Amino acid sequence: MNHNQPVYTDNDPQNELVTLNLGPTHPATHGVFQNVIQLDGERIVSGVSTIGYIHRAFEKIAEHRPFYQITPLTDRLNYCSSPINNMGWHMTVEKLLNIQMPKRVDYLRVIIMELSRIADHIICNTIIAQDTGATTTFLYLFQFREHIYEIFEEICGARLTTNIGRIGGFERDFNDIAFAKINKFLKEFPVALKEFESLLNRNRIFIDRTSGVACVTAEQGLDYGWTGPLLRSTGVDYDVRVSEPYASYQDFDFEIPVGTTGDIYDRYRVRNEEMWQSLRLIEQGMEKLKSEPAGIFHADVPEFYLPAKEEVYNNMEALIYHFKIVMGEIDAPKAEVYHAVEGGNGELGFYLINDGGRTPYRLHFRRPSFINYQMFAPMSKGMLLSDAIINMSSMNIIAGELDA
Amino acid sequence: MAEVTNNEIVQALTEKFGGQIIGVNEPYGLLTFETTKDVIIEVLRFLKENTTTNFNFLTDITAVHYPEKKHGIAVVYHLHSMVQKIRIRVKVFIDEHHPTIPTATVLWNSANWMERETYDFFGVKFEGHPDLRRILNMDELGVHPMLKQYPLEDPNRVDKKDEYFGR
Repeated sequence: MNHNQPVYTDNDPQNELVTLNLGPTHPATHGVFQNVIQLDGERIVSGVSTIGYIHRAFEKIAEHRPFYQITPLTDRLNYCSSPINNMGWHMTVEKLLNIQMPKRVDYLRVIIMELSRIADHIICNTIIAQDTGATTTFLYLFQFREHIYEIFEEICGARLTTNIGRIGGFERDFNDIAFAKINKFLKEFPVALKEFESLLNRNRIFIDRTSGVACVTAEQGLDYGWTGPLLRSTGVDYDVRVSEPYASYQDFDFEIPVGTTGDIYDRYRVRNEEMWQSLRLIEQGMEKLKSEPAGIFHADVPEFYLPAKEEVYNNMEALIYHFKIVMGEIDAPKAEVYHAVEGGNGELGFYLINDGGRTPYRLHFRRPSFINYQMFAPMSKGMLLSDAIINMSSMNIIAGELDA
Repeated sequence: MAEVTNNEIVQALTEKFGGQIIGVNEPYGLLTFETTKDVIIEVLRFLKENTTTNFNFLTDITAVHYPEKKHGIAVVYHLHSMVQKIRIRVKVFIDEHHPTIPTATVLWNSANWMERETYDFFGVKFEGHPDLRRILNMDELGVHPMLKQYPLEDPNRVDKKDEYFGR
């Protein structure tokens, strides 16, 4: 048997079923996903997911890169919220090196991570609406994703694959324009989000398409390893930010929204509510920053924090540290560490084994999209094809994170 | 509910499995131990179904290759108890020339793709797995690329001319 061929169950003795090759490049799937499905009319009888179309061997590459060069690899996992991946990686290394962050850096990180969570959820929720036929909401809310990218651009110079921050803090302090843009966003976005909700929350067509479709129980969700908004929509209040707080999330006051039935409508509502909570977190972060000493944007760990370029040219110590960090000669303990952050789609874990060499001995990414997606084919059985399409949208599978 | 400490978990495990639980330590507070492939499913089942440990969630399965060790492939399981808010790491070292281990899909459906990924990259054969095929790489690859004997492409190679790639 050729292993690349999807496996079919022999449930079609009279050859009445239609085999449909959905993907790998299909406009309805928003990414490189292939599903070979067997259809009885419009109903799906069975399906097989084939993944790996944009596999880039990040885990192998990471074994050949010093720590600071792995950050750009993490950008390309969930590219809809790269800053969360970047900071998850930074925090993993900081955990390995036992570096404590100043509070101000933690708050800056929380602000950036919550902005990217909003960007991530904007994409998912507007695309559910788009796939149910509501183009207005998609075009309307997407401009705020642009505003978020402008904030990132102001801080790190990049928009999508951000490479934001460094191990030990940020590469530079936020400037006034960045803070002004965040404040502007905090003022304008709630209005738009409210309007977005009023267009969809009680929209008859939207509810008919999403409510009661693709229901998942908490047991099924846990059994299939779901995390993030998908698991919370089934009623399990698991959020890494609360269960194992990192980056001083314990200082913040926020709520974890949960759903009841785990259907598409619940997932949409959970994500929307999370955007409101993210706004709360950003507001609190901006408030907390006022009482922190200004100008601190990295921890005082010169042996691990990549120094500024002017320092490297003018200062002997900085030159030495720069050389050692770039060559991967930092003095990291020989240990293994697992660190998880709450990504846009769920628990994003980094399992890092350091053996004292220049590069990680092994680095494994626990990618939520990969683990969430495996339920898609089994749960599509018996579903209408058009429901399966919005089901996939509501799972917010990001191809980069799926394939690593 | 009272918090369960790592010590209590180790105690419960050694009571049940005796000498099969070895190499217990706690790097960065995460309880880690090794066991053997004969009892791994029983250990995982005990951790999952025992009401005091209650590790209901399988976070991750992966493998690590140590070419210089006698049993050169470590299959690593990360479990998580959402109730107790603790994690645990279980390792099984297996022979890299005959890498077989029983499948954990009997306990969690999420193990399915994680084990396929581990098979794809390390060649670990999970016995009893319902659909053990490659998942991310193409079938014609012929090797299990995360093993340490396969290097990355040499960046200095000269036979790859830029003009063939439109650069």
